Amino acid sequence: MKPAPFGYVRAGSLDEALDALRQHGPEARIVAGGQSLMPMLNMRLTKPAMLVDVMRIAALQEPRLEKGALVVPAGVRQAILLERPRLADDLPLLAAALPWVGHLQTRARGTLCGSVAHADPSAEIPLCLVALEGEVRLRSRRKARRVAAEAFFTGMMVTEKADDEMIEAIAYPLRRRDTGYAFAEVGRRHGDFAIVACAAVVDGTRMRLAIGGVADRPTARDFPRLDGSALDDALNAFAWDLAAGDDLHATARYRRDLVRSLGRRVLEDAARVAKGETDREDPPCRS
Amino acid sequence: MPQLDAKGRHMVAFTLNGRPATVEVETRTLLTDALRHGLGATGTHVGCEHGVCGACTISIDGVPARACLTLAVGIEGCAIRTVEGLAPEPGRLGILQAAFRRRHALQCGFCTAGILMSLDAYLARRPSPSRREITEVIGGHLCRCTGYAPIIEAALEAAAELRGEGPAPAPWENAHA
Repeated sequence: MKPAPFGYVRAGSLDEALDALRQHGPEARIVAGGQSLMPMLNMRLTKPAMLVDVMRIAALQEPRLEKGALVVPAGVRQAILLERPRLADDLPLLAAALPWVGHLQTRARGTLCGSVAHADPSAEIPLCLVALEGEVRLRSRRKARRVAAEAFFTGMMVTEKADDEMIEAIAYPLRRRDTGYAFAEVGRRHGDFAIVACAAVVDGTRMRLAIGGVADRPTARDFPRLDGSALDDALNAFAWDLAAGDDLHATARYRRDLVRSLGRRVLEDAARVAKGETDREDPPCRS
Repeated sequence: MPQLDAKGRHMVAFTLNGRPATVEVETRTLLTDALRHGLGATGTHVGCEHGVCGACTISIDGVPARACLTLAVGIEGCAIRTVEGLAPEPGRLGILQAAFRRRHALQCGFCTAGILMSLDAYLARRPSPSRREITEVIGGHLCRCTGYAPIIEAALEAAAELRGEGPAPAPWENAHA
């Protein structure tokens, strides 16, 4: 199908983009790489009156390190970040998860901030942001503000962002010492939406598990260091609390089962990495 | 700040397979339709129109992209490459295309243009890909005829030829030599 008609602004600067958002308010949508928004437009699931293209804004193109975090501005494509030489050292969780985002051909265009703005509950990029306790940096003509990732996602494709705001950047806290990270997901095929995606962060005192594809938003829970049946019980309680539903792809029961089994596996993987044991023998293709 | 209205028609200028091109489009026109209807370049196929099947894959500034998820007004000034740009001259196949023919890497051909463009962009950046890498590239495409195996063989063979190693003979070609 084809999109309904819309006006189009090619913003040359952040201020121009924010002016367009102020002017058009709820009728406007930011378009960056287009890999989430364009399918929605083609299927007419959304019909904005105005698109604001931010991909020509030079100031939003470069990821940068800043006070213990990697700041990823709105124009950074997923493939560009995957090619960053120190990504696996600085952000091992994101380096493990990004190859699961769509396909090489969509990662070449899609941005990280675009995926966060789209807020699909099964998406890997928002999941990692929640798992790592990152933040979303919002800006409008009125003000700039920073929102913790867990507070940003408020429902299925619904976020804390106001109509005149755009995501200027997201910030992922860098790898901490003596901390292990692990990611895994189950989907029908590689590149499909995840049925369940799991991201784990484990250090000496805490195990943090973030789950995508089950609740209406990426959801994390912190546990003390558990093992054996205590860990099974904690994961079972978490799985039920996520209020899984049935859909065409999987039943609620299967999703809960994946939270228990895959969740346990990523927590154990992350715990091994935290202890300094090397993990997985077969890394996914890096491109 | 260029602002284009919803109802009007707008000129977009870019290069198509190395030559300057302009096309008149609406803001909502997809690049697939701009190429096929606006410029008559029907080598780029339209399958699912939501980025999943890969039939419309082209290259934009050297990287593969879904033309159906690209607005024509967004490619002003970009270098676009489509399947029409692969052959060195009319009536001759490019190295990748010839390998596809040798290896029976297509049947109906609907998905082929997109797969060729993904592989063309990938091999330009990584001349010595592993079988696993090629499998990953092909993973972004749906083909209902071949089962993918001959496509992967063709891609590896074309990569070797592009590196100057010459095409490996097919197993049956030496059987009775």
